[in-house]
Amino acid sequence: MALPPYASTGQRVWHYTFRVICGLIFFFLIAPIVVVIPLSFNSQDFFTFTKEMLSFDPAGYSLKHYRDFFGNPDWQDALWNSVKIAPAATLLSVSLGTLAAIGLSQPHVPARRAIMATLISPMIVPLIISAAGMYFFYSRIGLAGTYWGVVLAHAALGIPFVIITVTATLVGFDRSLTRAAANMGADPVTTFFRVQMPLILPGVISGALFAFITSFDEVVVVIFVGSAKQQTLPWQMFTGLREQISPTILAVATILVVISIALLTTVELLRRRSERLRGMSPG
Amino acid sequence: MSDMTDTGGPVLAADGTPLKRSLARALRRQKLRALMLIAPLLLFILISFILPVADMLYRSVQNGIVSETLPRTVVALADWDADSGDLPEEAVYAAMAADLKDAAAAKTHTKVGTRLNYENPGISSVFRKTGRKAKKFDIENDGPWKEALIDLNKGWGDPDLWRTIQTYSPPVTAGYFLNAVDMRVGPDGPEARPESEQIYMNLLGRTLWMSLTITVCCILLAYPVAWILANLPMRQANMLMILVLLPFWTSLLVRTSAWKILLQQQGVINDILVWIGLVDDSARLVIINNQFGTIVAMTHILLPFMILPMYSVMQTIPPTYLRAAKSLGATDWTAFWRVYFPQTIPGIGAGSILVFILAIGYYITPALVGGTKGTFISNQIAFHISSSLNWGLASALGAILLAVVLVLYWAYDKIVGIDNVKLG
Repeated sequence: MALPPYASTGQRVWHYTFRVICGLIFFFLIAPIVVVIPLSFNSQDFFTFTKEMLSFDPAGYSLKHYRDFFGNPDWQDALWNSVKIAPAATLLSVSLGTLAAIGLSQPHVPARRAIMATLISPMIVPLIISAAGMYFFYSRIGLAGTYWGVVLAHAALGIPFVIITVTATLVGFDRSLTRAAANMGADPVTTFFRVQMPLILPGVISGALFAFITSFDEVVVVIFVGSAKQQTLPWQMFTGLREQISPTILAVATILVVISIALLTTVELLRRRSERLRGMSPG
Repeated sequence: MSDMTDTGGPVLAADGTPLKRSLARALRRQKLRALMLIAPLLLFILISFILPVADMLYRSVQNGIVSETLPRTVVALADWDADSGDLPEEAVYAAMAADLKDAAAAKTHTKVGTRLNYENPGISSVFRKTGRKAKKFDIENDGPWKEALIDLNKGWGDPDLWRTIQTYSPPVTAGYFLNAVDMRVGPDGPEARPESEQIYMNLLGRTLWMSLTITVCCILLAYPVAWILANLPMRQANMLMILVLLPFWTSLLVRTSAWKILLQQQGVINDILVWIGLVDDSARLVIINNQFGTIVAMTHILLPFMILPMYSVMQTIPPTYLRAAKSLGATDWTAFWRVYFPQTIPGIGAGSILVFILAIGYYITPALVGGTKGTFISNQIAFHISSSLNWGLASALGAILLAVVLVLYWAYDKIVGIDNVKLG
């Protein structure tokens, strides 16, 4: 990648132009997210930088939008609903998903491709179709507008992510380890919890984080399947953006960005740890 | 195989069964165990996801309401020849009066009116107005019903109304699908709707065209980024990778609201343009609530899905190939275009199909930044489910969208393989 000393002027010019282009694309990727953060400390109800903010006058900044978020019962209820729904959905999709991923990674699975395609389909089918179908079907069986209806729907949406991450981890799993455990007298359950689980844990955790964020961010399905009682944070944001757009949304957005940074860091650390472990394990 | 043993019989396993059978049994048990592990999840997905989608697809052809609400009329009308141009006979009118009386008592007459109104505007009011009086009908003595009904509402004297009822009396109909492709059942079978009523094919075309534009924008922006990530030293590449992964992990609504704020007329982008002097304060650009807004916001949102597969392909291409090409006399451009680019095509293909699949089903972003001109077919489906309550049409539109997506999904599976989907 480094420029060789014999590069011609044209090559030099292109080399730096290319870097500038890449810089601009990275800027395009990250700027919209970063811009939200300072705007959320605006002391005015504007969505743009005021003169005070640009001159770094402390009077231009305030925490009023955060106070509104933490003081307003609508937002607090929404936050509370999100916090109640996402972990339940995650638990459901991770427990079923991990089991199925282990089954799928066995050497002889009949109709493996078809099963895999079915299990990944919630990720591919447009959300509006899933939402419409679930709305019709769940109202028929009395699940629409209930907490468990939303949890079931979100768990289904999270499953593809669990399957993908856990099967990817299992590719590097050394099967002779389970055989060795069985050889030394461990029953399958012990083998699973004491030998296999600790080794694939990084994959399971990142799958869980994906499932969590899927449920935590999801709007379309919850709007259709849920009722006002299950109004989640993204739903509240969606209504806020659609009807009267209030700057409190900026504070919520900043908090969500901070949460995603935390999740991203965790997943990256886990991925590196898993790669390191895989490098050390024989085979 | 068995010629090594003295007996010449089949090879036996430790418990005395033939080895072949013993192995087959072990394999069968292994398969069964794998399936047992998968079964709970498969069942769960089937109930919570596949069945609901199938249920929705069934709604797109389901049409029981006409024959359930007007059972007698449907039977009496079966022999009527719609092409004759004559009105049906007295028996049909009497059957209709009796059906209407029951329907009005059960308050279902407006529903069937609404259903038929989708196909022939105006029927709804005929049913509603007649239904108000229908409860007091005395079927035995108020006849003849032909005159009585036409007296109540001129609509009953229109053969077209009867044709619509006859056409939509079977329990299964293609009407919603025809409606979804801007057609209707006319006197001579399916025909195109008048130009002014054609909306859905335009909308589908726009959805496909805009998704394609978004995909192309993503390819153009992702290629340089993926290249630089794949060719920088590990440490720097990992730092830059965070800039790609952070948007990927950030809530969709946060990104959409960021664009909504940036693109407003009083927003940051317009402010900067005015401040630089590129745009006059009185002529701020309208870059939101139109197609441009949707394309920009969705390109930003879907870009990581293009960068990641491209990056994972480019990582596997040894940089020595380019150096070899150049040392053999290729110019920079020839080396790139003839040697490097062809090897990256699998990455471009994988990313493009993924981005395209995700883009055509988008709902939230177009709803928030698309205005009226930048919305997708998903938005129309949502409108029919929650506002106009024409669930059959919504389902038919959904079925068409689903068909497009499934074809692409199948192509993705053939070209890339679902097992190779990578996340982060």
